[in-house]
Amino acid sequence: MTFMKKLYGAAATLALTAGAAMADPALIYDLGGKFDKSFNEAAYGGAERFVSETGGSYKDFEITSEAQREQALRRFAESGFNPIVTTGFSWASVFEAVAPDYPDTKFVTIDGFVDPAKHPNVLSILFAEHEGSYLVGMMAAQASKTGTVSFVGGMDIPLIRKFACGYAQGAKAVNPDVTVISNMTGTTPAAWNDPVKGSELTKAQKAQGSDVVFAAAGGTGLGVLQTAADEGILSVGVDSNQNYLQPGSVLTSMLKRVDVAVFDSMSAGSDLETGVKALGLAQEGVGYAMDDNNAALVSEDMVAVIEAAKAKIIAGELSVHDYTSDDTCPVLDF
Amino acid sequence: MDKMPPWADAVLVPVISLLLAAAISSIVILAIGENPIEALNYMIEGALLSSAGWGQVLYYATNYIFTGLAVAVASHARLFNIGGEGQAQLGGLGIAMLCLFIPFPHWTLAFVFAIVAAGLFGAAWAYIPAVLQAKRDSHIVITTIMFNYIAYALLNYMLVNVLRPEGAMEPASGNFPDNIHLPTFQEMFSYGDTILFRSAPANVSFFLAVIACIGIWVLVWRTRLGYELRAFGQSESAAKYAGINPARITIIAMLISGALAGMMALNTTMGYSERLVLNASEGAGFIGIAVALMGRNHPVGIFFAALLFGFLVQGGTELSFWTSIPTELIVVIQALVILFTGALDNMVRMPLVKLFALGKGDR
Repeated sequence: MTFMKKLYGAAATLALTAGAAMADPALIYDLGGKFDKSFNEAAYGGAERFVSETGGSYKDFEITSEAQREQALRRFAESGFNPIVTTGFSWASVFEAVAPDYPDTKFVTIDGFVDPAKHPNVLSILFAEHEGSYLVGMMAAQASKTGTVSFVGGMDIPLIRKFACGYAQGAKAVNPDVTVISNMTGTTPAAWNDPVKGSELTKAQKAQGSDVVFAAAGGTGLGVLQTAADEGILSVGVDSNQNYLQPGSVLTSMLKRVDVAVFDSMSAGSDLETGVKALGLAQEGVGYAMDDNNAALVSEDMVAVIEAAKAKIIAGELSVHDYTSDDTCPVLDF
Repeated sequence: MDKMPPWADAVLVPVISLLLAAAISSIVILAIGENPIEALNYMIEGALLSSAGWGQVLYYATNYIFTGLAVAVASHARLFNIGGEGQAQLGGLGIAMLCLFIPFPHWTLAFVFAIVAAGLFGAAWAYIPAVLQAKRDSHIVITTIMFNYIAYALLNYMLVNVLRPEGAMEPASGNFPDNIHLPTFQEMFSYGDTILFRSAPANVSFFLAVIACIGIWVLVWRTRLGYELRAFGQSESAAKYAGINPARITIIAMLISGALAGMMALNTTMGYSERLVLNASEGAGFIGIAVALMGRNHPVGIFFAALLFGFLVQGGTELSFWTSIPTELIVVIQALVILFTGALDNMVRMPLVKLFALGKGDR
C-alpha cells in the first residue's frame, strides 16, 4: 500500500515536472564551464536575471566533451525546452544537424553563425567585438605614458585575433606611433584558464615597455589583471565588467553583453524571433565599462575622444577592420 | 607465492574495487546533499535502459577500446605510452586530409584508406619517441607526454591556418563529403518503424574495435612477434640473450601502439563529427591507461573496462542533465574508479590472495 502510494506520488511528481518543463528555456555552456568569470558566466548572469525578473525557471548544462554538444541539444529539445540557448562559436555545425529534426523548437547560438535561410528556427547572435576593442584600444593608448600598450589573448583562434586587431587599430587611431605588443597564452583550450601564464606574459610585456594590458583570455585574464595591479600598470578587462576586480588598476572593460542576449532570448520564450542578430555599438551589444572603480583613471577628455569615435562608427563614417572577414589585420602581425 | 584462481583475479578483484569506488562515491554524493540511489538510477536509466543510451556508451567504449589496446600493447613490452592523446589527434589529422582532399566513390573504400591513414599517422607520431627511447635512452614516458603537447600545437596550427574554411570562426576543418558518411547504429539496426539507437554517435567503427581486440589477442599470444614482445617486457637481458633486438622490439611495439591510438580517430572524426575539430580525442588517450590497467592488458578485459568507462561517461552526462550534481563530481566518481581499479589494485588483491591461501590451508 505505502509502496504503491509512493509510486503514484513519484509518477505524479514526474508528470508535474514534465509539465513545468514544457516551455522553460534551457542554456548550454561551452567548454570552459559556467563559472569562468567571463563569457559563460555572463550567460549564466543573464539567465539568473531572467529568473529573478520574470519568476521563470530554466535548466542549464555544462558540456565536457565535443560529443556532448549534439547529445545535450537533442536531450533538451526532446524534453520540450524552448528556446535552447548555447554560448560559444563551436555550435554552428551541430545546429545544422539537429535543428531540422525539431522544427517547433527555437535554438539560439551566441557567437556562432547558422544560415537562417536553411534553418528558420535558429537565431544567431553575433557581436562586433572589433568595435568594442577599438574603443578600449583608444582608451589604452591615451592612458599610456610609455607609448606602448599590449594584448594578452587566450587561445590563439580567429575570434581572439579579432579582439586584438580591433584593439590595435583603436590604439593607432589615437597615437600612430604607439607600439602594440600581442601575445597569445596558448594553442589549447587550457589557455582559457591559465592565470599563471597570463601573469608571466603581463610581466614580460611590462618589461618591453607596456603600461596598459588588455586581456581577452577568459580565466587567464584574472592573472593578467592581478599582475598588472601588482606591477603598478593598467589593465583592461573583457566580456563582463571586470573593473571591480582590481579597483584603481583596471582602466576599463570591453563589454560584450552576452547576459543581455541570453536574457532577451529567454524572456521572448517560444515567440523568439529567429534569424541573425548582429550586436555592435549601435545596438549596445558591445561597449566599454565606466563606474566608480575606474572614474579616477579616465579623464573627460579621453571619454570625449572615444565617444566621438563611437558616434562615427555608429553613423557608419568610420569602419573598424574585422579580422575574421578576411583573416588579416592591417596593423598587427600574428 | 600463493596464487588466486584465474576467475578471482579477472572478475573478483575488479568487482570489489568497483564496489569500493561506488561506496566512496555514494558518501561524496551524500555529503553534498544528494541521493546516491537516485543518482545511480539516473545513470543506469540514461545509459543502459534505452538503445539511444547504449549508442552513446558504445561510442565512448569504441574510443577506449582503441586507446586501451594501444596502452596494453606497449606495456606488454614494458613501455608506458602516455602519448595516446597526441597519436589519436594525429590519426584524426590523417583522416581529415584523406577525406577532404581525395574524392572517394563509396564509404567502404574511404573507410579502408582511413584505417591505413589513421594508423600511419598515429604510428608516425609514436615513432619519434620510440626511436629516442631505443637509440638514445630518452625515457618514453617523458617524450610521449611532450609529444601530446606538440600534437596539440600542430593540430591547432593546421586547424587555424590551413584546414579551416575561410570566414569560419571555429578552429575546425570543413565537413567531409556526404557520400563517405559511415553507417551509424541507427542506420544499421533500425527496421520498419522501429528506430533503434536514435541519433546516437555509435557507428561502424565499433566493429573495427572488436576486430582490433581479436587481432591484438592473436598478435600478443599467438605470434612470434608477440612472444618477443612479452619476453622483452618480462626481462630485457633475457630477451637480449635469446637474440631479440631491444631497439627493434621497442620501435615495433610503439608503432603498433601508436597505430591503435590513431585509429581511435576513425570513431570520433570520421564516424561522429565528420570533420576535424580541436581536441577530438577528448581525453580518451589518458582514459585508455586506466582501461588497460583495469583490463589487465588483456583484450577481453579491455573490452569490458571500456564498456564500464563508456557507461560512466554517459551515465555521468545524464546525471548532470537531470540533477544538480555538478559536472566536477562526475569527474570525481570516474577518478575514484580509476584509483581503486588501477592504483589501489593491491589493496584489494593482497587480502584476497591471503583469503584464498587460507581456504587452501583448511582443506
